[in-house]
Amino acid sequence: MDTATLEQQGVDIERLREISSDLRCLVCQNQSIADSNAGLAIDLRNQVVKLMSEGRSDTEIKQYMVDRYGEFVLYDPPFSAANAALWVGPFLLVVLGVWVARRTIAARLAARHTPGDGLTAAQKKALEERYRASQSD
Amino acid sequence: MPSQLRVILPLVALVVLAVVFVFGLQTDPRKLPSVFIDKPAPAFELPALAQDQPPFAPGQLRGQVWLLNVFASWCAACVVEHPYLLDIAEQHPDLPLVGLAYKDAPSDTRNWLRQRGDPFTRIAVDRDGLVGIDYGVYGVPETFVIDASGVIRYKHVGPIDGSFFDTHVAPLLRAPGA
Repeated sequence: MDTATLEQQGVDIERLREISSDLRCLVCQNQSIADSNAGLAIDLRNQVVKLMSEGRSDTEIKQYMVDRYGEFVLYDPPFSAANAALWVGPFLLVVLGVWVARRTIAARLAARHTPGDGLTAAQKKALEERYRASQSD
Repeated sequence: MPSQLRVILPLVALVVLAVVFVFGLQTDPRKLPSVFIDKPAPAFELPALAQDQPPFAPGQLRGQVWLLNVFASWCAACVVEHPYLLDIAEQHPDLPLVGLAYKDAPSDTRNWLRQRGDPFTRIAVDRDGLVGIDYGVYGVPETFVIDASGVIRYKHVGPIDGSFFDTHVAPLLRAPGA
């Protein structure tokens, strides 16, 4: 069914689009069922229309799809024990990275300030001049 | 950290990642974990392909292990698995092998089966694919193994092969009470 026909039938196209763009097309996995014209995507879109006309909520409609095709159909799956590592992992890696970076920088700073290296730039320059003078003699 | 470890550690990390990726490349993204395993087979009632037969409903097979094979005349991979279905039908005539003609015109289904042989004990006609949706069908052919209490024990997406029966059906037939 095309958009015009659906609109004539009083279907809320905006809502249909919103729900179906959150649902993955199983046949063409990188498209949502809103974008795909694969046979199954069209059938599932019609099913969304039917469920909408039955007065089901967005959550109920998405649950209907999850019950049949698994959480994989959702482009934005809810946080659960099974996917916790995927949700939390990147943040843990950032924290770990910051921790390693801080440790490394602190270690290098400490190494730079070795005893006897407490001269100012001017003192170093004077020292170098004296050294050169002693060489040219 | 000892300096040796410092050199080896990134190398070890790289190897571990490479192994993970190699395994990742070998899994088929089209094979999804089914949500139906160990759930009751959804009920439906569909007209039989043979006009002289009553409509088919899964409840009619309660008490038996049976197979539900989703197929269609327009499905290229179904041709590949067809000989294996014929084998199963021949070797296990007591096992109900139900065909679900998915989004297919009955005349096309009949022609297709006439050409290739008909392995099915019953064929239900899912003209508009709605039962397919209830079974989470997304890639024909698909084969469901349903046990005596009407629970889906296994779902295979794509063409089955010669090992399908021994691996996924035979153990259920041997199980006590099956």
